[in-house]
Amino acid sequence: MLGKTAGGLFWMFRYLERAENTARMIDAGLRISLTRSSAAESEWTAILSSTGLSETYASLHGEPYGAKIIDFLLRDPNNPASIMAQIEGARMNARVVRTALTREVWEAVNECYMVLKRLLSQPVEDRDLPRVLQIIRQRSAFVRGAKHGSMVRNDMYNFGRIGTFFERADNTARILDQKYYILLPSVRLVGSASDNVQWDTILRATSTTRAYQTLHEGETDPMAIARFLILDGRLPRSLAFSYRKIEENLGFLAEEYNARHECHALADNLCGRFKTRDMNAIFEYGLHEFISDFLRDSAALGRQIEIDYRFSE
Amino acid sequence: MPNTPKYFDEMNGTGSGPRLPYEAYCKWFAGENNARLLEKSEEAEALFRLIGVTFNVYGDPDATERLIPFDLVPRIIAAREWALLSKGIEQRVRALNAFLHDIYHRQEIVRAGRMPAEMIARNEAFLPQMIGVSPPGDVYTHIVGTDLVRTGDDEFFVLEDNARTPSGVSYMLENRETMLHMFPELFSKVKVRSVGQYPRSLRRSLSACAPDACEGRPRLAVLTPGIHNSAYYEHAFLADQMSAELVEGHDLRVVDGRVAMRTTQGYKAIDVLYRRVDDEYLDPMNFNPDSMLGVPGIMDVYRAGGITIANAPGTGIADDKAIYSYMPDIVEFYTGEKAILKNVPTHRCSDPQALKYVLDNLSELVVKEVHGSGGYGMLVGPAASKKEIEAFRAKLTAKPDNYIAQPTLALSTVPILTEAGLAPRHVDLRPFALMSPERVDITPGGLTRVALTEGSLIVNSSQGGGTKDTWVLED
Amino acid sequence: MRLRVEHKTHYTYNEPVPYALQQVRLRPKSRPGQTIVDWDIEVRGGQVEVAFEDEHANSVDLVSFTPGETEIEIICRGTVDVDDHNGVVGPQGGYVPLWLFQRSTDLTKIGPQLEALIASAEQEGTPLDVLHGLSAHILAAVPYSTDQSAADLTAEDVLSAGHGVCQDHAHVFITCARALGFPARYVSGYLMMDDRIDQDATHAWAEAHVPELGWVGFDISNGISPDARYIRVATGLDYRGAAPISGLRFGKAGEAMSVALQVQQQ
Repeated sequence: MLGKTAGGLFWMFRYLERAENTARMIDAGLRISLTRSSAAESEWTAILSSTGLSETYASLHGEPYGAKIIDFLLRDPNNPASIMAQIEGARMNARVVRTALTREVWEAVNECYMVLKRLLSQPVEDRDLPRVLQIIRQRSAFVRGAKHGSMVRNDMYNFGRIGTFFERADNTARILDQKYYILLPSVRLVGSASDNVQWDTILRATSTTRAYQTLHEGETDPMAIARFLILDGRLPRSLAFSYRKIEENLGFLAEEYNARHECHALADNLCGRFKTRDMNAIFEYGLHEFISDFLRDSAALGRQIEIDYRFSE
Repeated sequence: MPNTPKYFDEMNGTGSGPRLPYEAYCKWFAGENNARLLEKSEEAEALFRLIGVTFNVYGDPDATERLIPFDLVPRIIAAREWALLSKGIEQRVRALNAFLHDIYHRQEIVRAGRMPAEMIARNEAFLPQMIGVSPPGDVYTHIVGTDLVRTGDDEFFVLEDNARTPSGVSYMLENRETMLHMFPELFSKVKVRSVGQYPRSLRRSLSACAPDACEGRPRLAVLTPGIHNSAYYEHAFLADQMSAELVEGHDLRVVDGRVAMRTTQGYKAIDVLYRRVDDEYLDPMNFNPDSMLGVPGIMDVYRAGGITIANAPGTGIADDKAIYSYMPDIVEFYTGEKAILKNVPTHRCSDPQALKYVLDNLSELVVKEVHGSGGYGMLVGPAASKKEIEAFRAKLTAKPDNYIAQPTLALSTVPILTEAGLAPRHVDLRPFALMSPERVDITPGGLTRVALTEGSLIVNSSQGGGTKDTWVLED
Repeated sequence: MRLRVEHKTHYTYNEPVPYALQQVRLRPKSRPGQTIVDWDIEVRGGQVEVAFEDEHANSVDLVSFTPGETEIEIICRGTVDVDDHNGVVGPQGGYVPLWLFQRSTDLTKIGPQLEALIASAEQEGTPLDVLHGLSAHILAAVPYSTDQSAADLTAEDVLSAGHGVCQDHAHVFITCARALGFPARYVSGYLMMDDRIDQDATHAWAEAHVPELGWVGFDISNGISPDARYIRVATGLDYRGAAPISGLRFGKAGEAMSVALQVQQQ
């Protein structure tokens, strides 16, 4: 397989995952602005921050304001990371790697693009927003399903999977990075724990509210939320789960190519952090520091994968 | 039209009732209802969009991806007609290949006085770098698309020989797939020869031309200028169907004496490169130094026998319209036979006498640029306004060498489906021939292009043309 | 005459070069009047990828740089026997039609100053007289000088500059000869200057195709036809087609080149 193709598959699935994640965040912000209008502004600010787009937004639109932010994240042509831009990026990469995709996967991506191009050709009205967000998640899921159901489990599949989980872990980590302070044990001591709107944002932004409740019998506790999103191997959006998948798929590549590279060592090291540490150890080390380290090292892993598998010259 | 010729309609001939090849289809059609067919038409369009069979229009950034309209009334060719066409095409392809070999070696045809040296000396498509080079298997034109038009029952003319990188074969294949998908029952009533083997034939044909440096099973790749090229879909489609890698120039470099592609496991040598990049951009070291699409040094590896390039560099000289006018001589010189397929009589405007005739008769002639393609830069006299003709006259007088002129042919029509039922439209035909050292393989069918505007003779997709499925009937 | 050549071309770069190729036309061939006794090319900092013959039957080596290198050196060593044939090279061989040598190139395009130069040259006499006259006329109009010679001067630019080196003289001659109806080509090669072993650079001259005789060489800079001190290495329509080394390089590294050339009689 061409190095370019490996890179195209990696990015195609990263873009799709990111589009879906952005949709989740809009969903979370929307929910809060409907239920707790007093907290809405700061939550929108946090959401913008976790997408890494605060500066772009501020330079274009100034003050954070719900409807503007939604349009900015959905379709603003000046936002290179809008959902529409992500979908366009995914499709462009899909065209580049067309020969590595099954017809099902290509058609699912292409249709996703065509549907969203139409839906997002104009600002989305408030009453249509939940439906549009649902379609975005659904279309992205269709692509995942087509991949799951039709692609041979070889290197092509592995690079796509690595892209998906790389982006997902990155996203979960960024949300945690924005909100780590409300998950610190000290917060409980301060006694503000009763107002769990911010916990709610975290869970909603990762679409894990229901999963959390099922596994924790409704008890909301910051330590449990942190453990859930970082270490819980049952949750498909946790860091531990995502990295297990990355390690696994890199392992398949090592087997297929009969070669281990530096990226394997980096991935093993990252995975090790979730296997050997419990939540107390992480808090002791510092939650913020732990997540910062993770974001730094995972970015390095991403660069190393590109080098080891020759995505570009 | 000066004498308002009656056009030959391939479905209805000149009389009443369908011609023989269309009988079974027409019987089926009679039982169909127009509204349902129009619905099917929309269904086909949605299908093409979903698959992504689109093309990009040059210089039109807003409409980046367009569909070529597909008309679902097939163009049908009888077995007997096809036998004649395929024989004629094979003869022509062999002659072209021999001509190319000769042009880049001893130029016997010039020495024999059958073609003036200026035809080659003045031809920009002539590549000095190819002089003395013998491509693997001595094949220059691995893929040829021969453009044919019809004017009567047994009257076929060759309009053009596309010997560089003919495109459109993906439409031949996708149009058939779409027809099979939409009208499966029709194919049980009419016995149509299959076209689906084309990608396999292409793979086999290209593999048979692998260079000496090839070890084991030849490794094929398709070189595309990239996703912004108008024919990108076709490049990806063919690579996919042939199980070849789809590469761009920046995926390739010279490694250990071969042209190799950058894979996840290091560089791997390519044996046969089906390139869809023009000569000029193929190698910045040997041709246009500004090219970002090519591979530096590929011409050197080629000349050293390390890779097969299909079609060979420098084949463009054979699809030049001025050389075209010599095709009857070329066929005769290299095959010793009379050309089976006729040429359209062509006036070379470089000849002062011919130029005078052309200038005196502009309103009746079709005038084309010698190196032009895509229907750009041509004048269709009978359809042009006085103003357009005068503007063209100025261009022609300024640079007569750049033009040839032909009589306006009474192109045959095949009906298309319209809101008001069937309506005749002018068509042409591009069958695809594959050449390998052993054989010339012509897929029964081809790309039928149709001018969708009533009365129009320009079938090019860039000028509002559409396509049809082309059926060659079994014997 | 037996000539011994040692020719080193050394390139250095101010930063590592990620990827680069060079076409090397530095293999003289045996032909009437010139016998290659031995000839070797050594590449340091790179490798020969392929060797082939171009359309002018020049032997070409395609050399790639070792990735990340900051130096590459191409060393030619060889022994060649040369006879004096009064510059006559003989009939055109191979497949290249003679009309190709009447094509103008970017470096050999006719211009008003060249036309004036041709008009002022003596055109009476045999073709050989005309061509020798042209050669002398050019040297008079454009004296030899190594001051500020750009590698890519067009023939017309050379006349504007008013002086030139062997390459410039050859370009002017080729352009004029073609305008007079003679097929003409550029020759790169080695010249043993009588007074020295260390030569400043490789040499260049021109050949014109004369009826009956075929190709005849003219060393405009020295005002003679090549003799037994000249080793013919490569030919082309102009410098670019016959250049000893021409390359293509990725990255932004700046290049410095030095040449060490010894030609001596053995």
